[in-house]
Amino acid sequence: MKDIDAIAVLQDPVRRRLYEYVAAHGREVGRNEAAEASGVARNLAAHHLDKLTEAGLLESGSRRLTGRSGPGAGRPAKVYTRAQVERSVSLPARDYRTAAELLAEAAEQAGLDAGLCAAARRRGEALRGATAPCGSLEEAMEVLAGRGYEPHLEGAGDGGAPRAEDAGVARAEDHAAGAGADVQADAEQTAGAAAPVVRMRNCPFHAVAERFPPLVCGMNLALLEGLLGADGPVRARMDARPGECCVVLETSKNNDH
Amino acid sequence: MTASAHGAHLAELNIATLLHPLDDPRIAPFVELLDPVNASADGAPGFVWRLVEEGADDATALRPAGEDVIVNLSVWETQEALWDFTYRSGHLEVMRRRREWFERHVKAHMVLWWVPAGHLPTVGEALERLADLQSHGPSPRAFTFTSSYTAAEAEAAGHLEAAQLT
Repeated sequence: MKDIDAIAVLQDPVRRRLYEYVAAHGREVGRNEAAEASGVARNLAAHHLDKLTEAGLLESGSRRLTGRSGPGAGRPAKVYTRAQVERSVSLPARDYRTAAELLAEAAEQAGLDAGLCAAARRRGEALRGATAPCGSLEEAMEVLAGRGYEPHLEGAGDGGAPRAEDAGVARAEDHAAGAGADVQADAEQTAGAAAPVVRMRNCPFHAVAERFPPLVCGMNLALLEGLLGADGPVRARMDARPGECCVVLETSKNNDH
Repeated sequence: MTASAHGAHLAELNIATLLHPLDDPRIAPFVELLDPVNASADGAPGFVWRLVEEGADDATALRPAGEDVIVNLSVWETQEALWDFTYRSGHLEVMRRRREWFERHVKAHMVLWWVPAGHLPTVGEALERLADLQSHGPSPRAFTFTSSYTAAEAEAAGHLEAAQLT
């Protein structure tokens, strides 16, 4: 399916709500859950989720959501995740991706890391404008969400086994949105009762970052440093792990140990 | 996925020319990262082996490619495992700051090649693969992340060799 056709599938408002719900969770989402969250009947949600899968916007699999297995455990439920493939449409046709790749290749060969990072930091500062340095992780999340990073709160832990923390991560987000205290306790237990950090599910520079990781990830870190401000309580540092943005944000008071 | 076909493992060599001696304060931040990053390599999924000087924790004192050139030689189960360690672990921070510590290389400074599982490549063998890449460009015998070949392709081309050396 062509990009423009795949994107056109999102014209339907119910489909779009379902897509956004699945995309926001960074984990497998079942039909019941998606239907409830979108306020539509399960059958209708299932229909639209499958349309989104046919269009290549979602990927589907099956999973026993009850945790039981063997006879009597019931049929595996269909679950959905966002597809990793990028879709974009530009009218008239533009090709900034090739330009970015060529510029990155030249910068890599010439060793222009420092100049690129300086430019990225200046751009971050310009985007922040006259605003004071970012004052809290919550404020940082708003800024990052606006730039497509898909930030989420996570207990600081040791950074290992990110997938095992998925349930806790999703709940930590609920907590940020004002859910109950038991949810926070749950998240802290999952992640080792450490101070929360902000991680980002999406790398806005993914394709170029995969080809020139040190150059482009360094650029991204400098951009975020400029965007957040150097003198405020929120600090960005590299803490790369598979499948996510390589930067983590924390409040500077956590760094004293 | 580049599965580890036919019991093949991926060997990797990279060389880096130091801007200053290892005991220079300007290199200290790199030296501080050596132990934690090496420990994370040893514990990384798909890690098989890395070159270590006898009686030392790493290979930084071995200088087979030049007095100021440090070498890093390791073996991994798959290309994905090596990529994830190189660019999606604490190692990325070392890569990000490479210009502060190392000279920019005009020629290739990293080479990948397939070895039979269980074979631990020698430094000589590794430097020969790097020279192959530098003079002939990427091939199933010596390649890079962006111009990679599968173990099956290397075997088909007769380059899954070195087993007889063990």
